[in-house]
Amino acid sequence: MKFGVVISEGPYTHEAADTAYHFVKAAIAKGHEVPRVFFYHDGVNVSTRLSVPPQDERHIQNNWTALAKEHDIDLVVCIAAAQRRGLLDQNEAERQGKDANNIAEGFRISGLGQLIEMGIQTDRLVMFGD
Amino acid sequence: MPDVKKFLYVNRKAPYGTIYALESLEVVLIGAAFEQDVSLAFLDDGVFQLTKGQNTEGIGVKNFSPTFRALGDYEVTKLFVERESLEERGLTEADLQEITYEDEDDDWAEKPSIRVVSRAEMAEIMADQDVVLSF
Amino acid sequence: MSTLHTVNKSPFATNSLTSCLNHCREGDAVLMIEDGVYGGLSGTAVAEQVAAKAGSVSIYVLRPDADARGLAQERMLEGIEGVDYAGFVDLAAAHDRTQAWL
Repeated sequence: MKFGVVISEGPYTHEAADTAYHFVKAAIAKGHEVPRVFFYHDGVNVSTRLSVPPQDERHIQNNWTALAKEHDIDLVVCIAAAQRRGLLDQNEAERQGKDANNIAEGFRISGLGQLIEMGIQTDRLVMFGD
Repeated sequence: MPDVKKFLYVNRKAPYGTIYALESLEVVLIGAAFEQDVSLAFLDDGVFQLTKGQNTEGIGVKNFSPTFRALGDYEVTKLFVERESLEERGLTEADLQEITYEDEDDDWAEKPSIRVVSRAEMAEIMADQDVVLSF
Repeated sequence: MSTLHTVNKSPFATNSLTSCLNHCREGDAVLMIEDGVYGGLSGTAVAEQVAAKAGSVSIYVLRPDADARGLAQERMLEGIEGVDYAGFVDLAAAHDRTQAWL
């Protein structure tokens, strides 16, 4: 079965990104597919590569990057939500005249259409938020 | 898998205090281009999103309530509002904006988009969907 | 056709659990996750409301979240079943749709 996953709250403040991570790992372990995870609202903050949590804490962004690489998961960050919150990839940073970009490996910025498309193309959509 | 899925956007939060209502509306507008069977549900504090007379000048935030009136142009014509949620909050349908659409199957007659439904009817609507997005 | 409802808030903080219970239908399942697990405790102000639904609706609690909060399964209302993340996946697959009461 194909699962689509939405994460709509930021890392560390909310448990959503953690619960979603465990859910996706468990789904894949059971032989299901998770083709895409969509990050919306403050969930886009998971995608910053500038996060530096204390060493004895989980690294939420690294965990997602590694999981996506291992299982070929499309990690999509909503462009409108990301731009509001200061998350830019290289293209967007150049286009907006900003001096830095901060999107981590494995994540890509795209439109809300990717969320709808995920809803159409998967068998179940599961949302994690606040 | 059906070609057209039933999408329900569930709105349970009030506007302005948090961004959920606005960003929900942004998904609805983008999603309209996908020509799915779209409904919006307003219950709990979500009913406050549709009230008349919102004036955000004093808080310096964009008033997005007029956008609801444009939904008909995007062929988003089913806005289900829960009666019990209105009553619990001291509201009636008269406190809500008038939102209409032009029915192309009925000689473009103007019809109300808001349909006030009971809690039990809302539960039925929720149970009739393929995809439920919560905001 | 049935729905898996997820509730991730404490019933003492928001009305998410109450609203979920008011809208779920016979044959549905409710899974309490994150702070939602407090809704499964026995002897609380909402226990009666949860127990009243437990007949027609299956109620589950995500054990890793309950364990994290020091809530042993014995503290949960009778009839509430504990599941792990794999069980969460099974529930999502077994029901036709998932609705998150955010």
